Amino acid sequence: MIDKFVASVSEAVSDIRDGATVMIGGFGQAGMPAELIDALIAQKARDLTIVNNNAGNGDTGLAALLATKRVRKIICSFPRQIDSWVFDALYRSGEIELELVPQGNLAERIRAAGAGIGAFFTPTGYGTLLAEGKETREIDGRHYVLEYPIHADYALIKADRGDRFGNLVYRKTARNFGPIMASAAKCTIAQVREKAELGDLDPESIVTPGIFVHRVVEIPMRATRRVA
Amino acid sequence: MSPRDRPKRELHPLGGSEAAEPRAWGDHTSAQGSTAASMAMPRYSRDQMAARVARDIPEGAYVNLGIGLPTLVANHLPKGREILLQSENGVLAMGPAPSPGNEDPDLINASKQPVTLLPGGSFFHHADSFAMMRGGHLDFCVLGAFQVSVRGDLANWHTGEPDAIPAVGGAMDLAIGAKHVFVMMEHLTKRGESKIVEKCTYPLTGVRCVSRIYTDLAVLDVTAEGLAVVDLVDGLSFDELARLTPVRLLRKPA
Repeated sequence: MIDKFVASVSEAVSDIRDGATVMIGGFGQAGMPAELIDALIAQKARDLTIVNNNAGNGDTGLAALLATKRVRKIICSFPRQIDSWVFDALYRSGEIELELVPQGNLAERIRAAGAGIGAFFTPTGYGTLLAEGKETREIDGRHYVLEYPIHADYALIKADRGDRFGNLVYRKTARNFGPIMASAAKCTIAQVREKAELGDLDPESIVTPGIFVHRVVEIPMRATRRVA
Repeated sequence: MSPRDRPKRELHPLGGSEAAEPRAWGDHTSAQGSTAASMAMPRYSRDQMAARVARDIPEGAYVNLGIGLPTLVANHLPKGREILLQSENGVLAMGPAPSPGNEDPDLINASKQPVTLLPGGSFFHHADSFAMMRGGHLDFCVLGAFQVSVRGDLANWHTGEPDAIPAVGGAMDLAIGAKHVFVMMEHLTKRGESKIVEKCTYPLTGVRCVSRIYTDLAVLDVTAEGLAVVDLVDGLSFDELARLTPVRLLRKPA
């Protein structure tokens, strides 16, 4: 019987090794797999490369992971925010490497990895600092920059409901990077608010088919939802 | 490090990305009118600028509003028009902020503020969201800017200063993706220098991507021959605008 559910977040992330590339879903707090990140912090893998849209907010979640100084490099589009003081300090002291990627190129590079695309030409960033040194091509009178996929060893994502095959549905704008990261990693670990029985998820509405998901952990929502 | 210790961050123009610093606008506007030249000058208020932009957005349009000043445009969209707002984090038909107590942390906009969904709205992942931009499906985007050049180059993501932490978000995708790229900005910097320039000195966001510029003094179209003045704030002459704007300006055809 296929059952991708694992008992705990610590079991789910136990084999993440030093030097791994780990995608972490979420746009700010929406869709951020906080419990999986906490488990990764407790697990003590180091020298990590993290892929996320941002570089942590406040002192929890991704920011807390960065604060452990076990992240060597971050690939993201928007590190600097009003509450990104953990990243800011690490960056200014040269303790973290930053690869800054326009947001759509970040999404497409992740999607390309999941779709088996070797590279692609994108118009985004042409003629800017972020395309310096990159191959360009003019196609039908428009200028493009060659961008390569971003593969990962692991993806940590958050969904609303999941079944034992790993099929996932998301909730509102918490979907963001979840579906594309799920496809781009060798091992995708999803935390879900609620376990669904097989057959309960409407097949027409499943957003991430289970083939992209390897482990699922149920994290019931806290009794009082924190209001952003 | 506590929030209080964090270094003061540079202002940036909130260029259509998720840039999460609404306070930057407060700083920016409070500096308005600090020069003698600007004190004397008639100018559109921020709401007048927003209303002027909103007037140009037609029924049925798909629109992305950058953060900061461009978000004001939402308040001025004519009531009778059905216009769908897109947010880069994966929502179409975004509605206004929820009433207090009804915020949902899973329903936010690009600035990570709580929003609502209108009937007919939809959610989608990031690759689809940026396909909407890059694929030319979005009709309009409205962005802030540090500078716009006479040929429509846009600079709005990075001051280029050595100690600045760069952040780009979706600005570059919006700039080259939307069918019409509107820039909304003050005409002059705090020092009274034109933000409309022959050649941008700040790092570029996109090359030849801006179609129309809305400032507190004028509305200008980017054309092959120069910037065509569409509107002037009441009380300002073409010659006065030309004196403040060091690029080729074209008079509106009579």
